[in-house]
Amino acid sequence: MAGIPHDHYEPKSSGEKWLHKRLPIVELIYNTIMIPTPKNLNYMWIWGVILTFCLALQIITGIVLVMHYTPHIDLAFASVEHIMRNVNGGYMIRYLHANGASLFFMAIYLHIFRGLYYGSYKTPREVTWIIGMLIYLAIMGTAFMGYVLPWGQMSFWGATVITGLFGAIPGIGPDIQTWLLGGPAVDNATLNRFFSLHYLLPFVIAGLVALHIWALHTTGNSNPTGVEVRRGSKQEAARDTLPFWPYYIIKDLFALAVILAIFFAVVSFMPNYLGHPDNYIEANPLATPAHIVPEWYFLPFYAILRAFTADVLIVQITQFITFGIIDAKFFGVLAMFGAIAVMVLAPWLDTSAVRSGRYRPMFKWWFALLAIDFIVLMWVGSQTPTPFTAWVSLIASYYWFAYFLIILPLLGVIEKPLPIPVTIEEDFNAHYSPPQGGTKTTAAE
Amino acid sequence: MIRNIALSAAATVTLVVTGVSAFATETTVHIEDVTFPYEGPFGTFDRNQLQRGLQVYTEVCSACHGLKFVPIRTLADEGGPQLPEDQVRAYAAGLSVNDEASNPKLIDPATGSARALIPSDNFPANYTTGAPDLSLMAKARAGFHGPYGLGLSQLFRGMGGPEYIHAILTGYTGEEKEEAGSVFYENHAFSTGWIKMPPPLSDDQVTYADGTAATVDQMSMDVSAFLMWTAEPHMMERKETGFKAVFFLIIFASLLYLTNKRIWAKVKGKKIS
Repeated sequence: MAGIPHDHYEPKSSGEKWLHKRLPIVELIYNTIMIPTPKNLNYMWIWGVILTFCLALQIITGIVLVMHYTPHIDLAFASVEHIMRNVNGGYMIRYLHANGASLFFMAIYLHIFRGLYYGSYKTPREVTWIIGMLIYLAIMGTAFMGYVLPWGQMSFWGATVITGLFGAIPGIGPDIQTWLLGGPAVDNATLNRFFSLHYLLPFVIAGLVALHIWALHTTGNSNPTGVEVRRGSKQEAARDTLPFWPYYIIKDLFALAVILAIFFAVVSFMPNYLGHPDNYIEANPLATPAHIVPEWYFLPFYAILRAFTADVLIVQITQFITFGIIDAKFFGVLAMFGAIAVMVLAPWLDTSAVRSGRYRPMFKWWFALLAIDFIVLMWVGSQTPTPFTAWVSLIASYYWFAYFLIILPLLGVIEKPLPIPVTIEEDFNAHYSPPQGGTKTTAAE
Repeated sequence: MIRNIALSAAATVTLVVTGVSAFATETTVHIEDVTFPYEGPFGTFDRNQLQRGLQVYTEVCSACHGLKFVPIRTLADEGGPQLPEDQVRAYAAGLSVNDEASNPKLIDPATGSARALIPSDNFPANYTTGAPDLSLMAKARAGFHGPYGLGLSQLFRGMGGPEYIHAILTGYTGEEKEEAGSVFYENHAFSTGWIKMPPPLSDDQVTYADGTAATVDQMSMDVSAFLMWTAEPHMMERKETGFKAVFFLIIFASLLYLTNKRIWAKVKGKKIS
């Protein structure tokens, strides 16, 4: 892997040398876990490792669940109850898998917002950012299809509503919807293909994660100062970095243990808190639940989807100038996907020369507002629509787009950033006194 | 900075909440928060209460409601009503199948009618009156909501499924009305205020073997607790697992904390404020 100069792997024993000539896999592992990492990373840089754990947890628990699950509309719900009652430890595996999805999304949102605050998406890390966004989209698709599998009321009606979004595409929409569902409505064909894709996508995600890490290891980590690691020589780089093992692996494992303690408390003492009671009622195509609400992690984008109703001026203008091709429903769908698309474009929308939000006095406040906006959207997405929530969701949706499309490009021009430290070492030494009990050792010891 | 953001986020949530309170209209009915012995991380099912609840289900509810996901043998399981094996066999044999059409597995092909049940069978399904199955009822209803969709009520008091069942069973006012050929009974706990189910319980409807007075409230409590068990039969085991896991993880995290501190001590001194 290119990038920061560091010590390279030397095969020592004859066995290692033999293998190295044929397959340099030990070198790959060595370079991966010994990668020089900026020594000033804070606790917002733990989420990558947490997310990798989440993916492994979901795949492992998922594979076991599949051993006992039956993807058929008449049997799926009962097979889940079979897992909960008759399979040894089945209730735990299922609750770990269901709540694991929530942990996954909590971690990915914190990971994304870390990137947005510290400017991790900026050059030269655009590709890492885009792959990350693809992972996020794939995870959303996987989570959505996974939620359909227990075949409860919310599974069925959630699937009906979300696939209905594709039906809003002008002209070809209804055909696409039928093609996705495998029929005119959510039925056995839908359940089977969602099951198939729910099993496939995690492995696609694992592949994307490998690319994400490869891209990350090519450019090196970003860090809270946003200043790049010096790469002039090995000694220079060593003053800015520490090897990933043991410094960050142990730190990340500590963070993981703390998070897992909380996670297991949720799984064991309140496993249904984040779920919806209606999903313990078997799917019934003849009875629509009073409120169809997606899981919490989809709520912000669901709120944006619902914000643009037919009485919103911008929707009416769009409908007028497109001769009615883009109606309110399709506008909402475009807005929902657009809300993610503007995130993908952040590397090119952010014009500031300074990477880290730490040195951007105006940006800080707009970013704080974006974080709050996200929480407000999440809340409003869970509410039954009233004139008040319609008003809140519209303002919050506008802010989401304004942040990426107006504020980020403008700030780079009008904001006067604070002075930036010249090196990571300088910033580190300004924040921490020299280590006690001996002379300061270099990182690459 | 992150701290500032967290604080401002908290402030906004407060603002939004106070803002909403002016607009919010209470649409959900009030469910009384009764206390069950299994609540909280330390709570356990009361075996006697579950057995009384089973009796109420068998003698009253089962006339119209099925329990189709619950295997009869689990009545003997630890952390449940824990009936002795022979009693479970006798109980299974004594169960009658009211709805043969919904229980194809329980039909004897030779006679074409229901055979005697054995512990490895599930409780029969029962849709004769269109009443919902009760296996998962305690998890399929939420008694507590809000405030303002924030989920705090459920966080502190639980989802409120059994409380909802208790509230329905004790929420009848005695009023009834006929609409489109069906009789509806006024019930404070039901979302529309009028429910199709006639008041199922009256004082001393069952006779408890342990001498507990069979008031409507007592029977409602007992059957609600029993239905929590049918919905979550491994709750005790789950909580035990949780304690072990959390205990282990706290110790593991502490050791990792110390390890981490020691490793970093070589390269990082005290934080300069």
